Formats: sequence, structure tokens, C-alpha cells
Amino acid sequence: MSAVIDTGHIHGGHEHHPSGIMRWITTTNHKDIGTLYLWFSFTMFLVGGVLALGIRAELFKPGLQLWHPEFFNQLTSMHGLIMVFGAIMPAFVGFANWQVPMMIGAPDMAFARLNNWSFWLLPVAATLLVASFFVPGGAVAAGWTIYAPLSTQMGPGMDLGIFALHIMGASSIMGSINIITTILNLRAPGMTLMKMPLFVWTWLITAYLLIAVMPVLAGAITMVLTDRHFGTSFFNAAGGGDPVMFQHIFWFFGHPEVYIMILPGFGIISQVIPAFARKPLFGYSSMVYATASIAILSFIVWAHHMFTVGMPVAGMLFFMYATVLIAVPTGVKVFNWLATMWRGSMTFETPMLFAVGFIFVFTMGGFTGLILAIAPVDIQLQDTYYVVAHFHYVLVAGSLFSLFAGFYFWVPKWTGRMYDEKLGKWHFWLSMIFFNVTFFPMHFLGLAGMPRRIPDYALQFADFNEIASIGAFGFGLSQILFLWIILKVTVLGQGEKAGQRPWEGADTLEWTHLPSPAPYHSFHEQPVVK
Amino acid sequence: MIKGMAEKIGVGLLALSGTAQAAYQWNLPSPVTHVASEIYDLHLIMMGIIAVIFVGVFGVMFYSIYAHRRSVGHKAEHFHENTTVEVVWTVIPFFILIAMAWPATKTLLELKDTTSPDITIKATGYQWKWGYDYLRGEGEGISFLSNLTTPQDQINGSAPKGEHYLREVDNPLVVPVGKKIRILTTANDVIHSWMVPAFGVKQDAIPGFVRDTWFRAEKEGVFRGQCAELCGKDHGFMPIVVEVVSADKYAAWVGEQKKKMLAVAEDPNKKWSLAELKAKGEKIYAANCVACHQASGQGVKGAFPALDGSKLVNGPRGRHIEIVLNGKQGTAMAPFGKQLLDTDIAAVITYERNAWSNKTGDVIQPSEIKSARR
Repeated sequence: MSAVIDTGHIHGGHEHHPSGIMRWITTTNHKDIGTLYLWFSFTMFLVGGVLALGIRAELFKPGLQLWHPEFFNQLTSMHGLIMVFGAIMPAFVGFANWQVPMMIGAPDMAFARLNNWSFWLLPVAATLLVASFFVPGGAVAAGWTIYAPLSTQMGPGMDLGIFALHIMGASSIMGSINIITTILNLRAPGMTLMKMPLFVWTWLITAYLLIAVMPVLAGAITMVLTDRHFGTSFFNAAGGGDPVMFQHIFWFFGHPEVYIMILPGFGIISQVIPAFARKPLFGYSSMVYATASIAILSFIVWAHHMFTVGMPVAGMLFFMYATVLIAVPTGVKVFNWLATMWRGSMTFETPMLFAVGFIFVFTMGGFTGLILAIAPVDIQLQDTYYVVAHFHYVLVAGSLFSLFAGFYFWVPKWTGRMYDEKLGKWHFWLSMIFFNVTFFPMHFLGLAGMPRRIPDYALQFADFNEIASIGAFGFGLSQILFLWIILKVTVLGQGEKAGQRPWEGADTLEWTHLPSPAPYHSFHEQPVVK
Repeated sequence: MIKGMAEKIGVGLLALSGTAQAAYQWNLPSPVTHVASEIYDLHLIMMGIIAVIFVGVFGVMFYSIYAHRRSVGHKAEHFHENTTVEVVWTVIPFFILIAMAWPATKTLLELKDTTSPDITIKATGYQWKWGYDYLRGEGEGISFLSNLTTPQDQINGSAPKGEHYLREVDNPLVVPVGKKIRILTTANDVIHSWMVPAFGVKQDAIPGFVRDTWFRAEKEGVFRGQCAELCGKDHGFMPIVVEVVSADKYAAWVGEQKKKMLAVAEDPNKKWSLAELKAKGEKIYAANCVACHQASGQGVKGAFPALDGSKLVNGPRGRHIEIVLNGKQGTAMAPFGKQLLDTDIAAVITYERNAWSNKTGDVIQPSEIKSARR
């Protein structure tokens, strides 16, 4: 991306928008909407985090101390749903809104009003979801996977959850259409597909995944809804249905979904590492191909989530071999990042710390993924804490750390101010250490045979659970520090002024062509990329 | 070999960490079946390969972090692709991965081979307990439910927790050592999962479908597991206990069970007294009903109705019997007619109608239940 030449002038801050609350409700500006998405997802992150601490508090000691088992199940289920659909996914859409137009030299998103609508659906859905705690029978308690027929047994909280998922799905689909259209049509002259920054590439592929699988989820949960209320028997054997069919449909959505939550993270890391290694990204085109391969493979591995349902052996073999193959393109990505760092001239500001931390812990999640892919071993580990450890290594240490890296990387461009570097480093080290204190012991719990989603456990599991709970509270409190860092650099406007290009190695259009903070309307005239 | 080494390493680790207690378990439980030891070894081999890759990859990364910093004056080079290197690190992992999956294939084929068992047992998941039916082989016809026996006050913390807290049952599954036991799994309500880690067995139990798995225990002893698939409120409270015994002991156990069954079979014609039924009913209630309706009969407000003073329990007996037999659609009230014997149901209903402040004085005989069954 270094081959960029400047054209035209940069517009100053001619901001024409209503003020106060109406600015945010009526906004069609990609930067405002990006901000809304990010604040929304951070709020949900805190809500989901409080639920997680509720779980860990109960599991601190064996015995039932704080919650009834049925409420405990609501905690685990809602923690999952809120983190996946309320925190991680909208956060990445927030990054896409801020960054995609600026990185491709577009004035805004292609469908500005649709953009507003896809954001404002989310608070509605989140309200439904959280309100379900207060209906008779409480919130969704069948796990975030809402397996039938357990989910057909629940109270009205399940219906609220299903409606919330429908609305969030609609929001995601609209967001994806918008992102795809923007990327395909609004690129600056000269920016061919193979010159796009990798973050844009990963989002393009992610958006296609979203469009492909969100309707599948909608189908599955609609069938649960009609099974619950309209006498159908999609998942009820007594009426000729099959409970396992729900799992097949769910995971056909669910496996691409996990890549939806990590691919944009790969994109962010691929921007951050070259910037701080002061060296171009190694193997750009193989990065693009690897991302696409992961996306394609994600459609043919879903049943590795179901090795214990009793599949025919040929099916298990197919899904085992297909699953281990995903390690090839994922490995290529990790090797490319290392090769980018190799013989660079590295500095370790907070974004780089989170990016390197990401590679380290995400790779460990990849290793345990490989172990789980081996079907006979998975028979032992399926539905145990090993799986909990694995997906938190890829989702917290993966998706969440990449989001942190992206925030620290781009916040100077968004606000025109530098974040507090010292506090940022504290945030990194606290998060990194407490994350591992929380989740590393869970591998041992899983190996020893502790099932997931239980409110109380046998005495042999007590010690590791205690450690994990202490780590969880440490991790949770570290995020209060992050909130303070955000408030300082955004609302309070503290921190030294950032130059146009505070990271000397950053070379995408937002750094080379736009001042900090980026003007409300950028790229009225598109730059030319050579 | 590998296992021996790993155990030594494990012991070493324990010795190193001063606070280590016997309770820390670092690896899969020691295997008791051939499949479980295959899985144990597979996992170790995988960990070995992963450890090598880990050291290689992160060795490079941390060396680079150490040596290629600006603060030590390293100047960035500008290479950004190398086709040979990229092909190499795509192709080599591919072969490593195939090499990893290949030995697993053999184990998987063995694990899925449920043919020619010595004994076939059906395990049925109920919310929230397991039921076992010996279908074929020695012990054919034996059938019982297996309930958690950990008392409520241990769970609440008002009594010290026992050694096998949450992993103890009234009737364990008993099987002979060295025989191929095929377990058919199914469920009555929602999906459960039958797991015994020492056997390398985990098989979902799916309502309306029958799936199977198997094990051949090579050692006598008591092996414990629990339900592994979220199945509602008391998912954490439905353990599995398997007693592996010698052939002789097994034969003796079968004889004993057969006698018990004969005794039970005679029961329906017997006239029971109120006191007898109440005493029996209290036990049945403790095993099947307390989880929701509570020992006090007060239920849980907003979730499970109280039985103490309830209109239904103090009303006409026919309606009460019907609810217990057939359950209530759309609620967690299960149709106990499918799980319990006539005597048990008669006893528990008698108990409910005469416990706490309920004083109907009704005595429900098993024959009444028999005729009420649809």
C-alpha cells in the first residue's frame, strides 16, 4: 500500500448535522454510526462480562451458594448470546463502518440510510434479550446453542431470545450488503481488489459469510418457534422430527459464525503488525487466499461440533479430516505475520502488544482446536471445560484482543488524540495475565472430565475452578481500566494531539491522506491509488 | 512407554509446585479400556507434536522480538514475499496434519465398532436421572433407575461434602470385568449424554432415537461420570456410576436383582397400609420430586408450584393421579408413569396427600394406579 500518491485537497471540518440526541438517531454518517456500534458493543461487553462474573462467582467453590441452577443456566446462555451477538459481532461492524470507507478512499458507506437502520435495530434486539430476564421463567437457559428439544421446553424468555436473534440477523445481513456494495463499488480509482488493505479484504469475505449463514440461523430458530407454539414437529421425534437436525442446521450457521468473529480480527492484526514492524506485510496475496480458503472450508466442517451425537463412522472421518485441513491456511497466516516481524524494526506500543499477544494466545487456541478436531480425542473432551478453554482462547484472546489492538491503533485517527500509552500497556499486561489465569486451568478441568454448563461440581475440580474464578475477576476489573482509557481519549478529550500519521509505519489511505481527527466528511474527491 | 513418561513428568510437576494437592489432575483420567488408552496416547502424541511446533514458532517470534527491535537499532528490511518459503510452509503442515489424523482413524474405527457385545444395556436419560435396562446377555430383564444420593444439605453447604460429592447414586450400573458391554442410549425428554471418562465413552442420548457405544473394562473398580449435555435445571446433578466387578460377583448381583424383581412383581396385589405407603412414598419423593417441589413441599415461587396446601393435591384423587402419571404438557412436570412402578406412584401420591399440612387421609393402592394407566 505504499504506492499511493496524493490527489486533491482535504476538506476541513464542514460538519452539517443536527446536534444533541437527534444527531445520533438520524445520522447517516459512517463515522457516527461506527461510533454508535462501538459504544453499543462495549456496553454489551460489560453486560455479558457481569454475567460471566456471576458464573465464576458461583463456581468459585463447590456447592450452590448464589444462584438456583435454573438461573445459573440463564447466566451461561445469556453470557454466550450477548457476547457473540451483542459484543463481538457489532464491534467488528463498528470497525468496518469507521475504517472501510477511509481505507478505500470512499466518502461514506454505499447505503447511508440502511446503515442507520441496521444499527438502530440492535438496541431493540438487545432490549428484548435483556428484558427476557424479567419474564416468567426467566431468560434463555438452553445454552447459546439453544438445542431443541430443550429450547422447546422453556418459557416466554425463549421467544424473546428468538425474536432478538431474528432482529440481529436482519441487522447483520443489511450491514453486510452495505459493506460488500461499498467495497466493490466505492474504491478509489486505481485501488484494484488485490491492492486493498487486508482489513478490507477480510471484511469483504466475512460479509459474504454473514449473508450466507444468517438466514440459516433464522430458519433454525423459526422452526423452534413453530415447534413451540404452532404444533409443528421439526425437532420432535414423536411427531416425526429429529432433534439432531437442529444441531446440523445450527452448526451449518455456527461454524462459519466463528470465522465471522475472527476473520476481521485477522484483518486488524494484518494492519497493525506491518505498521509497527515498519515493513510491508509478508505474503499479501497468500493472506488473501488463506482467508478465502478458511471461509470456504468453514462450510464443510460443521459436524465436528457433533462428534458425540452418534454419526456414522464415515461421516466422522470426513469431518475430522476436513477440520484438520483448516490448520493449513490458519498456519499460513501465522507464518506470514512472523515473517512480517522478521528483520523489521519493531516498537511495542499498545496496539503492537495486543497484536503480538494475539498471535501468541490465538495460536494456543488453534492448537487446542487441532486436538479437538481429532475425533476420538474429541469424544473425551466434547462438552467439557476443555472446549470452554479452547473457544475462549480464540474468541477472547483472538477476536477481543484484535479489537483492542484495532482500537488503540485507530483511536488517534478517530479522535485526534493519543490514548494514554502507560495505561494502555497496563491494560494489555493485566488482560493478558488474567486471561491466562482464568482460562488456562480450564484445559485441565476438561481433561479431568468436568462438563460445561454445570452450576456445581465434584470436589476433584475445586482447585482449578478457584484459580479460574480469581482470574475472571481480575480480567473483569482490568476492563474497567479500559473504560477509563476510552473515556479519557474520547469524551474527556485528554491526551496529546495526534499527528496525521502517528505511526510511521502505517501507510493506508486514512493515515496518508486524512488529518487526525478524520474530518466528518472525508474523501469528497477520491484519491488516486497507483 | 509414552504413558509411563508422562506420568513421571506429571509427578515431577506435582513435586515442583509446593502447593500441589492430590486434587490437581493434569491429564485425562487413567484409562480402563483399550479405547480409552488409545485416546490417552493419541492425546499425548498430539501434545508432543504441538509442543515442538510451539517451541519452533514462538522461538522464531521471540527471537525476532528480541533482535529486530528499533530500540536495539535494527533497520527494517523490505522483503515481502518468497514463493518457495510460502509453498514450503503450506505443504509441510499439510503432511503433518495428515500424519496426526491417520492414527486417529484406526482408533475411531475401533471406537465405533459396537458389534457382537456380551451384554447390551439401554441407558435412558430422564430429567434428571438415568434409567438402565439390561436388554440382552447375563442379567437380561434387570431394570432400575439411578438417582443422585448426595443430600441437599451438602449441596447447600449446611453439611460437609462427602468424598464422592455429586458423583454418587443409589443404584449404580453393575457390569462384569473383561466383557464387551454395549450401551444403547436414548432419552425420555431432552438430549442427555452418557459419559464415563475412564472408559473413553461419551454418547448423546437423544429422545426418540437409539444410539450406541461400547466399552470393555479391563479393571475392577468404581468409575464415575455424569451427564455431559445441557438438559435443563439439574443437568449438573445426574451422575453416572459404573461398578465393574468379577464374573462371580456379577452373577451374584444378577441373582439378587432377580429376587428383588420378583418381590416387586408380587406387590400390586398386596393391600398397603397408610404408614407403609407414606414411608415408601417419602423415599420416592426424595428421589424424584424434591428437585422442583422441594422437601418442604413449597416448590419454587414462579417456577415450580407448591404441593403443600395445593388445590390439586387436596382435591379429587383421580386428577392428582393423572398428573403424576402423564405429566403436564408445556411444563417441567414429567410423565412419571413411564419411569415409576405402580407401587411407587401409589406411594408417592399417598405421601403427598398426607405430608406437610395436607391431611386428606387418602390411601392410594397400586391397583388404583394400574387401572388409571392409559
